[in-house]
Amino acid sequence: MTESRGPIMQNDIDALRERVRADLAAANDLRAWDAVRVGVLGKAGALTGLLKALGNATPEERRSRGASLNALKQELTEAIEARRRVLDAEALAARLEAERQDMTLPAAPARAGLIHPISRTIEEIIAIFGAMGFSVGEGFDIESDWYNFGALNIPAHHPARADQDTFYLVDDAVPPRLLRTQTSDVQIHSLLSATPPFRMIAPGRTYRADHDATHSPMFHQCEGIAIGEAVTLAQLKGCLIDFLRAFFDDPALKVRFRASYFPFTEPSMEVDIGWNRRTGEIGQGGDWLEILGSGMVHPRVLANCGVDPRQWQGFAFGMGIERLTMLKHGMADLRPFYESDLRWLRHYGFSALAPAMLHEGL
Amino acid sequence: MKFTLSWLRRHLQTEATLDDIAETLNRIGLEVEEILDRAAPLAAFRVAHVLAAAPHPNADRLRVCQVDAGAGVIEVVCGAPNARAGMKAVFAPPGSVIPATGLVLKVGEIRGIKSNGMLLSMREMNLGEDHDGIVELAAEAPVGVPYAAYAGLDDPMIEIAVTPNRGDCLSVRGIARDLAAAGLGTLKPWSAPAVNADAASVVDWRIEWPEACPYVLGRTVRGVRNGASPAWLQQWLSAIGLRPISALVDITNFFTIDLGRPLHVFDANLLRGNLTIRRGTDETLAALDGKTYRLGADDCVIADASGALSLGGIIGGATTGCTADTTDVFIECAVFDPVRIALSGRRHHISTDARQRFERGIDVALMPAALDAATAMVVALCGGTPSRMTAAGTPPATARTATLTHARLARLAGEAVPADEAIASLERLGFAVITRNEESVSFDVPSWRNDIAAGTALDPAPGLDPARLADAAAGAAVMEPEADLAEEVLRLRGLDRITPASLPMADLVPRATLSAAQTRVQRARRLLATRGLLECVTFSFTDAATAARFGAQTLVRVANPIAADLDTMRPTVLATLALAARANVARGQADPCLFEIGPAFRGLAQDGQLRQAAGLRVGATPLDWRKPARAIDAFDAKDDLWALLTSLGLPMDSLSVTADAPGYYHPGQSGTVRQGPKLVLGYFGLLHPGIIAALDLPQSAGFELFLDAVPEPKRRRRAAPDLPNLQPLRRDFAFVVAPEMPAETVLRAVRGAERHLIAGVSLFDRFVLPDGSVSLGVQVVLQPGAQTLTDAEIEAVSARIIAAAGKAAGAVLR
Repeated sequence: MTESRGPIMQNDIDALRERVRADLAAANDLRAWDAVRVGVLGKAGALTGLLKALGNATPEERRSRGASLNALKQELTEAIEARRRVLDAEALAARLEAERQDMTLPAAPARAGLIHPISRTIEEIIAIFGAMGFSVGEGFDIESDWYNFGALNIPAHHPARADQDTFYLVDDAVPPRLLRTQTSDVQIHSLLSATPPFRMIAPGRTYRADHDATHSPMFHQCEGIAIGEAVTLAQLKGCLIDFLRAFFDDPALKVRFRASYFPFTEPSMEVDIGWNRRTGEIGQGGDWLEILGSGMVHPRVLANCGVDPRQWQGFAFGMGIERLTMLKHGMADLRPFYESDLRWLRHYGFSALAPAMLHEGL
Repeated sequence: MKFTLSWLRRHLQTEATLDDIAETLNRIGLEVEEILDRAAPLAAFRVAHVLAAAPHPNADRLRVCQVDAGAGVIEVVCGAPNARAGMKAVFAPPGSVIPATGLVLKVGEIRGIKSNGMLLSMREMNLGEDHDGIVELAAEAPVGVPYAAYAGLDDPMIEIAVTPNRGDCLSVRGIARDLAAAGLGTLKPWSAPAVNADAASVVDWRIEWPEACPYVLGRTVRGVRNGASPAWLQQWLSAIGLRPISALVDITNFFTIDLGRPLHVFDANLLRGNLTIRRGTDETLAALDGKTYRLGADDCVIADASGALSLGGIIGGATTGCTADTTDVFIECAVFDPVRIALSGRRHHISTDARQRFERGIDVALMPAALDAATAMVVALCGGTPSRMTAAGTPPATARTATLTHARLARLAGEAVPADEAIASLERLGFAVITRNEESVSFDVPSWRNDIAAGTALDPAPGLDPARLADAAAGAAVMEPEADLAEEVLRLRGLDRITPASLPMADLVPRATLSAAQTRVQRARRLLATRGLLECVTFSFTDAATAARFGAQTLVRVANPIAADLDTMRPTVLATLALAARANVARGQADPCLFEIGPAFRGLAQDGQLRQAAGLRVGATPLDWRKPARAIDAFDAKDDLWALLTSLGLPMDSLSVTADAPGYYHPGQSGTVRQGPKLVLGYFGLLHPGIIAALDLPQSAGFELFLDAVPEPKRRRRAAPDLPNLQPLRRDFAFVVAPEMPAETVLRAVRGAERHLIAGVSLFDRFVLPDGSVSLGVQVVLQPGAQTLTDAEIEAVSARIIAAAGKAAGAVLR
């Protein structure tokens, strides 16, 4: 016997435990940790060796010493794994620290795209009149004389023609075609194509040969027409009051109706809303602001389109979209609407993700 | 139409205040444009007697005046050279505001002497330029009376807008009648004084063109003296902006305003023979406005043996007008055809009070009385002996009847108007009841209301079914007078009094407001905005050079543009967007990204108006620390267009791109997008370098989409989706193709190589090899269906993909 084959004393086990614990504590990276692990639990590891040597022990020794060694193995295995977790956590922490970046660096530049105020107002008009059962009709920017004037009870000599400085086109047709001066042409298209009863609005481009601070050669109007057997002037008033109060978001908005004249309506009314001349505030104050024209569709207009005015009657109105927009948003100047100045567009534009929807509020 | 309050009171008996009058005018359709109350700023100033004017002890130029302005003697220091004892002047008390300066007058001390007010010059009162001295009033001016009243300035001027249908309200009497009918007082009776005349007129009429002038009256007054008109007449005319000229001319102006009855006065001694009303014969007229007009066959001319003397109903001639030397005057009182007046006036660009009234129609029945009234005033102001009236032609018929049916009025208004009220208000307007029963009432229409029951012909739609038209015309013949009368009743009652009623709804929740095509426009707008493009609204017209540059084959030109650079309709929205971009770049706003949805014009016909969505990106991508900015390229525009097409629900696999975009794009970096072989949906690409240079823009890329060409998406019920459980596989291929081979050919071939398994094809890489050929990295997603793919099956698909790419595009694996 070159060495004692007697029972391995308990202090051997304690010594191993102490050594491994010290080695683990000293292992500061996975490589050192792995060397410790292999040195203990590997094929040639210290503990593995002790366990192997157990085979030569007496059954009694094997029992008692085996239990101690297995307990040690479990203990060391756990200690090794625990150390591994610590090292992993330290490594992750170090990596994360190494990966730290300046999170104040700017996000990718988002180019803000926005909806033009005119489109926004048109959307709002459509939303409100849509809720009142109107559909949307369309005409043409280039119209014949008849659609713009004749059908609307404005014969060639009518003084109203002189009031509306009409752009004519270079055209072989007699009379030449023109750029519509009002969206009322859509009344005619709808009377000719739709079967009463119907309700329709028509926002669109209009043109007049006029250019100064308050007039643009191109601008936008929205026409409205409602035809039925009992569409009344009282309903015209109700409809416009309902619209104006919804549009200006003021359920108490003051609205006034004054007698006026348009060739294509009778009776005709100008519609004013209350405002404060000094502050420009809409709805309050003792002043009145003309905002749109309206009336009962003239029997001749109906008849020109083959609609018998004894059976059908109705109302029509027209409003300036820029004017409504300027009033709603307190905009002072008309010209920037068409100048496409990025600064103006960004200032007054509307988000595409907040379209005009009544349930979200206008 | 301007008038003064006292002129109104000549015809209207009323206690109403100025505010009441203004409010009523607005209510009944005679919209007040301006009220000028010249007395208001002068209210504090009184007529004063300067009792003494002693030299100021401490200043050579000043005087210390003792002034009596009706409330005791006051000491005032005055610097005016004309201030002197005994004169009558205008006194401003402390606390009053000096109109010219807006300053409040205070009690002050001037060189040691207290001054308790001020004596005013005309300029200080804003009544004139005179500032050489204080106003010097007539010796009999009553002390203590407000100066405005003394000077006749206490008569507010009212200006109203008269709508084209109300020719009768281009007269003070007509306005008074409307106000009386609205309950604001009583219309005073008016009749012309009788004119006693034995002698025949030395001038007679002859009408050769009765369609233009059916009826004319006239008379001479001999032995007149045409001096200045009296102060009251001068004051009335001045107050409404008419310059007093001479008594005879002022009288014609007076009746134009007072009765809406234009008259003309000829110097009878300057006429050569009788007057003929005829067509112009390409002759010239030197008119009263100092201009010369060339009158043709469509102009109605009043002429004597020497030629045209006036353009009838529009403007008189300079050669035969009345002057200070006139001793014999011939007064013309005619009726002209409104349409011919309107067209002739517009043709010659002449706007006169006479034209304005004749083209709206004058009261024919008033002609003899108006001529008598004018004659009487001529005799009263200028003396002279009138002749008998001379006439030619026949008065046009004015008799019309109109019926008001109470039920129809209620149906139109939405509420009933008491029959008695309706009838009474029409009677106050001069309508005379012919018959009346429970249901309706018929009236004689007064001669001055030619807008009521006018009975003009319809202008029906071309090609309307004759039977339908006949019904409609019969309906209009009944309903137009009804509507005419309803309007009168309702406006006098006050349209504000009708109780508003919300529209009844057939469905509580209405159906979709927009059609599918209209919704598409809204969606396109939102999509483009979310992609960072700012929406613009630019003019539909531009300059011809820009239009030509942007491909207009046939320019749609405006015949009467307001400016030369707005004389051509834009052939594409891109044209005006490019101008908008240029304006921004010129303002120092770099890299604009813009879009617009609007019309493009390719012809005059309706199908020549195309609705486009167009976008333009200019310059470079935004500065970003993660990726270097680069110049905008054609694919930026393609990205926008593809995002737009995708959002509109187009089947993207059915689109193809061909290299034949219009000439304003870079020919090598642009494309036409088609659905199928024919249908062009739009274009995209880099703008042509020539356009970029001409507009002084940096490199820019744009796109156009013809919104109306996009087919309506089919509304199909969606089938249940196929969601296989097995994982998809991805295989990458590197193909080499010839440089001119379109990538689309390769991708399409790969996509079509296997119908069932290939679920997606992506190009992940593209570069040019040293020999010039192109390497395309293509990833194919294979989606197994029921069973996992075997290696052999995968190999087979790969082989088919390679073969397809090889066959279609000559592609070989790298």
